[in-house]
Amino acid sequence: MAEIGSRASAVEFQGVSKVYPGDVLAVDDVSFRIEPGELVTLLGPSGCGKTTTLRMIAGLEAASSGRIMIGDADVTALPATERDVAMVFQSYALFPHMTVAENVAYGLTMTGLPKDEISNRTAAGLELVGLSGLDERLPSELSGGQQQRVAVARALVLEPQVLLFDEPLSNLDARLRRRVRDEIREIQQKLGLTVVYVTHDQEEALAVSDRIIVMNRAIIAQIGTPRELYEEPETVFVADFIGEANLIPCDVIFVEDDLATVRVGDAELRLAARGAGIGPARLAARPGRLKLDLDQGPSTMKGLITKSVYVGRHIEYSVETESGSIFVSSSKVSDPVGVGTEVHLDLGSTGTILLRI
Amino acid sequence: MNRTVLYWTLAGVAGWCLLPWYTLDDGFWSFEWLTDGYPLDTDYAPALFLVGQGEKLWLLPSMIFLLLPFLLRGRDKNDRLYGRILLIAGIGGLVCLFGQGFAIGIRGWTAGWLEDLFGKLSDRQFGMGYGAFLVLGAFLFLTTQGFAARGAAKGDVFVSGAIGLVIGLVALFIAFPILQVLQSAVLDEEAAYSISVFFERFADRKIWGLGCLDGRLSCGAAWNSLVLAIIVGATTTMLGLAFALVATRAGLTKTRAFKALSVLPIITPPFVIGLAIILLFGLSGIVTTTVADWLGVQPTRWVYGMPGILIAQTLSFTPIAFLVLVGVVEGVSPSMEEAAQTLRASRWQTFRTVSLPLMRPGLANAFLLGFIESMADFGNPLVLGGNYNVLSTEIFFAIVGAQYDQGRAAVLAIILLVFTLSAFFAQQRWVGRKSYATVTGKGDSGQHPDMPAALKWPVFAIVGIWTFFTVVVYGMIFYGSFVEVWGLNHTITMKHYATAFSVGWTEHGIHWSGAAWNSFWTTIQIAATAAPLTAAIGLVTAYVLIRQDFAGKRSFEFMTMLSFAIPGSVIGVSYVIAFNVPPMELTGTAAILVISFIFRNMPVGVRAGVAAMTQIDRSLDEASLTLGANSWTTFRKVILPLLRPAILAALVYSFVRAMTAISAVIFLVSADYDMATSYIIGRVENNDYGLAIAYSTALIFVMLAAIGILQLLVGERRIGRRGTTVPMPAGG
Repeated sequence: MAEIGSRASAVEFQGVSKVYPGDVLAVDDVSFRIEPGELVTLLGPSGCGKTTTLRMIAGLEAASSGRIMIGDADVTALPATERDVAMVFQSYALFPHMTVAENVAYGLTMTGLPKDEISNRTAAGLELVGLSGLDERLPSELSGGQQQRVAVARALVLEPQVLLFDEPLSNLDARLRRRVRDEIREIQQKLGLTVVYVTHDQEEALAVSDRIIVMNRAIIAQIGTPRELYEEPETVFVADFIGEANLIPCDVIFVEDDLATVRVGDAELRLAARGAGIGPARLAARPGRLKLDLDQGPSTMKGLITKSVYVGRHIEYSVETESGSIFVSSSKVSDPVGVGTEVHLDLGSTGTILLRI
Repeated sequence: MNRTVLYWTLAGVAGWCLLPWYTLDDGFWSFEWLTDGYPLDTDYAPALFLVGQGEKLWLLPSMIFLLLPFLLRGRDKNDRLYGRILLIAGIGGLVCLFGQGFAIGIRGWTAGWLEDLFGKLSDRQFGMGYGAFLVLGAFLFLTTQGFAARGAAKGDVFVSGAIGLVIGLVALFIAFPILQVLQSAVLDEEAAYSISVFFERFADRKIWGLGCLDGRLSCGAAWNSLVLAIIVGATTTMLGLAFALVATRAGLTKTRAFKALSVLPIITPPFVIGLAIILLFGLSGIVTTTVADWLGVQPTRWVYGMPGILIAQTLSFTPIAFLVLVGVVEGVSPSMEEAAQTLRASRWQTFRTVSLPLMRPGLANAFLLGFIESMADFGNPLVLGGNYNVLSTEIFFAIVGAQYDQGRAAVLAIILLVFTLSAFFAQQRWVGRKSYATVTGKGDSGQHPDMPAALKWPVFAIVGIWTFFTVVVYGMIFYGSFVEVWGLNHTITMKHYATAFSVGWTEHGIHWSGAAWNSFWTTIQIAATAAPLTAAIGLVTAYVLIRQDFAGKRSFEFMTMLSFAIPGSVIGVSYVIAFNVPPMELTGTAAILVISFIFRNMPVGVRAGVAAMTQIDRSLDEASLTLGANSWTTFRKVILPLLRPAILAALVYSFVRAMTAISAVIFLVSADYDMATSYIIGRVENNDYGLAIAYSTALIFVMLAAIGILQLLVGERRIGRRGTTVPMPAGG
C-alpha cells in the first residue's frame, strides 16, 4: 500500500498587497517566510486579511503587488490549478454528488495519475485519517467530524508542497475541536508538512502552531512563537488579543541598561525596557499572574475588591485602583477574599510587560 | 357558548332566513330583488319563506343542523360533547346541503335511482345564491371549530378555520371540476356511464395517430404536444442556462438588466410573441418576403405549425428557465469550485465535474417547467398552429367549435392533465429532494470562477442572438401597432389605437367609444377583484404551511401547488362542465372568471407568502402569542405588516397574470364579460392584426406601469433586517 509522503516547501511573501475593487485594502505590504515542515498560524480578528493571505497562497486570489514564492519558484502569476498546494475549506467543500472515495481521488484523477495508484493513495489517505471502510458513503451521510477528515484526506493525498487550512474547526462542536486540532498537528508532524492555518481563536493558535503571524487591519502585527507572543507582545493589540491583559497606564521614569523603572500609582517596578523611553507608557498585566497581597510591598498597588466571581477552577476579582479597574484571576479557590476588602495588588511578576504605546 | 361559534351560527341562520337562497338571474351584484317581490317571490325568497310557502321542503333539514349549536349553551370547550355537537352540526349540514343540491337539479331528480326511490318530483331548483353560500360557510366553520375543539391544530380556531377554508375552496374549485371532467369522459350521449365510450374517444386517430412518420398525414395532437413540449423544455433550459452563466459567471457587474428579463413573460400576453412571429415570418412577414424576393421564390407559410410555435414558446419561456437556473447557478457553493481548483482541476474540468453536476437538479427542474408551460400554452398554438394540432387547442375546438363534444373535450383534457401531472410529480419526487443548492453553511464566502473560455464564447453568442431577437420581436410589436396594413401598406398611422381606444364627449360626459374599452374595463375590474383574493388566500395558506404543524401538512401543501400543473385549458373546460348546472351555476358570470384566476394564480401567492414568511423568525409570533394575542391577532398585527412587500408583490403579480391569461379565460368569457385577451384573439381570428397588436401593446404598457409602481412601493418599504452587504470575497 502506498504511503502518503510529503514534499514540504517554504512559502515566502515579499511585499504582497491585495486591493479589492472599490479600493478596499485587504492586505497591505505583507512579508514573511514560512520554513519547510513548519506549522504557521495566521491569527487575527475578522477582516484583518488573514483569509485573503491564505487564499493568495492557494492562488484563489491574485496578489495586487508583491511576490509570492513557494519552494524556489515564483508562483505570483499562477492560478490555483497550477500551484502545488492543497486546501481544507472552512465549509469542507466536499462534493455532495461524489462518494467519499471519489472526493479523495478527485485531485489525483485531475493530476492524471494511473488508476491503481489513485486507488492506492486514496485508500492510504483514508486510512491516515481513520476513515477506512467509509469509501462508498456520500458526504451527507457522514458526521461533521468525519466530513472534516475527508476534506483533510482529500488535500493530503496530493502530497502538496503546502497544505492550507481555513478555520478548519469552526464548524465542529466544542468537544470535538480539541481532538481534531491535535490530530491535525499529529499528522503534520508525522509527515513533516508545511501547513498554513487560519484561525481567529487565539487559544487554538497557541496550541497548534510552531509560529504565529498575528494580523490586524491588513498588516502583520507580530510574528513569533506562541510563547514569545504571549510573554513578550510588542504592541497593545497583540497583548490584548493573545490571552487577556489588563492595560494599565504608567510612567517610565528611568531607563538604564535596557532596564526601566516604571511608576504605577504608588508602586514602582523594574521591568525590561524593550526599547521604551522615558515618559508615559502602558503595562500589560496578565490576570492570572497578578497576586493579591494583604501586605504592602515595593511593587504593590492599593486596591479595593469590588466584585468576586467563583467560576470553578479559579476566582475572578475586580480590583478598583487609582489606575482604574483591574481584572485578576486567582487560583486560590479555597481562600477567597471578600468584596470590600482592601488589598495590595502585586504587579511585580513575570506576567507584567512594558509596552510602547 | 363560544362567541365565534355564536357568530357563525347566527350568520348561517341569517343566510337561511333573510337572504335569497338561489342564484339571481341578474347577476351577483344586482340588487333589484330587494324591491321586486322579496321576500315572497320564489325566485328571490330566502329558504325560510320558501319552506313557509310549502315549497322546496328539502331545504328544511339544513335548518335543524343550524340550530344544533344552540345546544352548547352552558357547556364549555372542555366538555366532550362540545366538539361532537359542533361536528355533527357542521358535517351534517354540509352533507345535507350538498346532498339536496346535487340530487335535485333543473329537471328535478338528477339520477334515475332517486326518482325510483322517492317518486317523481314536480319541483326543481337552480344554482345556489347568497343565502345558500352563507349557510355553506357557516357549516364549514362550525365543522372546523368542532375539529379544533377536539384538539386539531392544537385547538386553534383560526388555524383550523384557515385550513378548512383552503381545503374547502380547493375541493370545490379544483378537485370537483376535475372530477366532473373525469365523469363526463365516461358519459355517453344518453348520459349513461360507459367505459367503452371512453376508450372509443381515447383511441381517436386525431389524438394518437402517427401519420406524420411516413409523411402522408399529420400526427395526433397528443404526440404533437409531447414532442413540442420536450423540444421546448430542452431549448429553454439550455438558453436559460446560458443566460444564468452570463449573469453570474462572466465577471459582469451589471447583471440587473438580466433580471429585468424575467419580467418579460409576466407582462406579455402569451400569444403576443406569436403575433410578432407572424409579423416577421408569416406569409407577409418582413423576413419571409425579403428572403423570398432575394431568392426569387414564392413566400411560403412555413412558419405556421411546429416551427412557429417552437420559436414563440422558446422566446416566451426562456426567461422562466433563466429565473429557475440563475438561483441554481448562484446556489452552487463557490467553495466547491474553489476546492476543485485547488485540487488541480482546470476551469473546464471544474465546470464539467463539479459545477454542472451540482446544477443538474436545477436543469431538470427548468426542463420540467418548460415542458409544463409548453403543454399548457394555448395562445401561441392558436395563433401559429396551422395544421399542427396540439391538445390545448383541440380541447378548445371540441368545446367551442361546431362539434360541441363535451366528452371529447374531457378526454383530451385528461390526456393533457396526465402529461403535465406526470411532469409535476417527477419534478416533486425526483428533483424536489435532490437539491444541492442549500448545502451552504458557515464560511462559504469566495467567488464563482469565470466560465471556461471554451464555453464562454458560445454562451455569449447564444445570449447575444437571443437578446437581439427578443428586441426585434418587441420592436415588431410596437412598430406593427402603428402600421396601416402589415405586409401591404406600411404607412404609419394611429388608426388602430383610435379604433380601440377612442374617447368621445357627449352631453352625458365621457363616451368610451373605442372598440376595446368594454373588454378593457372588464379585464381591469376582474383582475382587480381577483388580485386581493388571490393574495389573501395565498398568504393564509402560506401562514398555515410555514407556521403551523398539523396532520397531513405535506399533502395539503402538495394540493395547493397542484393547480400549477393543471393547464388553463383543462381548468377552463372543467369549469364549463362543472359550473354550468346547479348547485353551482356560475358560467356566464364575472364570478367564474374571478374564481378561475384565484385558483390559477394561487400557487404564486402561496410561494410568495412562503418565501417571505420563512424570513420572519418564528420567535416573533411566539413572542406575540405569549404576550396574550391569539393567532388571528398575531397574523394581523405581527405577520401581515412584516409581509407587506410580499403582499404587494402577490397583488401585482396576480393582477398582471389575470390580465395576460388566455387559456382558461377563453372558455369562460361571455358577451357581458369579455376579457382583453379573448377579445384580441377574436380580432386575430378575423385577421385584424393591427387592432390586436395595438391592444396588446397598450396592455403591455399598462402592466409595465403596474410593475413599476410595485417596484417603487416595495423598494421603499424594505425592512432593514439584513443590510445589503457589498459582496466582499472572504472575511478573513
